[in-house]
Amino acid sequence: MTGSQFPNLSIYQATNPAPWTVTELTHYIKDLLDLDPELQDVRLTGEISNFSRASSGHLYFTLKDASAVISCVMWRSAATQLAWQPEQGMAVLAHGRVSVYPARGSYQLYVDQLRPAGLGDLHTLFEQLRDRLRAEGLFDLERKQPLPQFPRVLGVVTSRRAAALRDVLNVLRRRYPLVQVLLAPTLVQGEGAPPQIVAALQALDARDEVDLILLVRGGGSLEELWAFNDERVARAIAACRHPVVSGVGHETDFTIADFVADVRAPTPSAAAELSVPDQADLRQRIGAWAAQITSSIARQFGQMRQALDGQQQALQRLSPQARVDAHRQQVDDWTRQAGRALTHTLTLRRTGLAGLRARLEALSPLATLERGYAIVRRADTDAVVRRVDQVCAGDDLSIRVSDGEFDAVVGGRS
Amino acid sequence: MTQGVGNLSFEEAYSELETAVQRLEQGDLTLEEAITLYEWGMRLAQHCSDALDAAELQVQQLSVLSDQQQPALFFEEE
Repeated sequence: MTGSQFPNLSIYQATNPAPWTVTELTHYIKDLLDLDPELQDVRLTGEISNFSRASSGHLYFTLKDASAVISCVMWRSAATQLAWQPEQGMAVLAHGRVSVYPARGSYQLYVDQLRPAGLGDLHTLFEQLRDRLRAEGLFDLERKQPLPQFPRVLGVVTSRRAAALRDVLNVLRRRYPLVQVLLAPTLVQGEGAPPQIVAALQALDARDEVDLILLVRGGGSLEELWAFNDERVARAIAACRHPVVSGVGHETDFTIADFVADVRAPTPSAAAELSVPDQADLRQRIGAWAAQITSSIARQFGQMRQALDGQQQALQRLSPQARVDAHRQQVDDWTRQAGRALTHTLTLRRTGLAGLRARLEALSPLATLERGYAIVRRADTDAVVRRVDQVCAGDDLSIRVSDGEFDAVVGGRS
Repeated sequence: MTQGVGNLSFEEAYSELETAVQRLEQGDLTLEEAITLYEWGMRLAQHCSDALDAAELQVQQLSVLSDQQQPALFFEEE
């Protein structure tokens, strides 16, 4: 027999090891791949192609670049975690492990995490999440809590080393050093950031003494700020029973966290300003109030004094001295009418009026009679006789002198 | 109203001062009541002012793992 054309396949090579079965070979290859640690923790970039979602919920697609493709599968359990829709042609970043699918004789990437990689795709993801959470009502105005006017304890979630924290503390120190700060430091970018931010928010919110929580981060690119667009962070903010103030990035940066927060500030410093009152304003208000109560008291004193003066004047009008003056006036009037013979007495009750009594007595008609004057009256009419032509000879008269009266008859007239 | 001012927090004293101002403005107090309220108000104002003067920002760090509060020592480096 001539030499075989297929030396390795000759049936006469009894000393060769038995040939592989398909299964054996396939499993050998599978083991090679499964035992390689590099292939158990693969991060891969590529473009989605041939994307399909089975009715089971599993995702089947290939990832490709310019010269190669690899089949991928993402089981339903991982796929439902996705907050976004993978689409044909999307540039993505995938994580998973490589293994062999024996039944089809192919190797595959079993994907457990998937996220968009291109910037355009990040924007799409942002919009998808924003629209979904907005539809759930997480951004609603009614949900937003008012901020306390005088917070005592401020919880702060940010990176320990970042400028944002220093800025916040400087603002607080300047405006309202009475407040106490409770810092829960976290990563603020990268894959590890969202779980830490969530834990920090929950830890601060759990404390009763915390009045307000600040979530801040300095400026950065969309990817650097991405942790604040994470759905877990958004839901943790929404779940806080205390108000949350967000201050992420620069004035023009808006993250999902900003939409969910009770108050959005354009920067970390602005967030600190919104959270506490300004002691300059407080001092000014206190000074104004002090001045106000001082003028209020002064006004009340003034009113009291005015009332007192008024009462003094009224008192003077009603005083006994005033009454005596009035009587004196009246007595003067009476003495002018001395022709009318009136007898009157004044009862003087107040002390200090003895001199007045003497004067009154000097002016009274009685004193005049005592000086020798008499009051002559006609007996018939009681009219006082002043003139000669009021009487005729023989008329009866009544004469009144200081100590009594007597009758008289008119004699001759001159 | 006859309690000491020292027990009040800044917030409480500030709020009481505002109330005292409004009360005095209403003007329906006796002179004695007004004077007492005025003195109370001035003490409150001084207390608020003193509290602001004496305040120093306190910063503590929360350890999320142990849920303990520790003073944030690194701030003293600045």
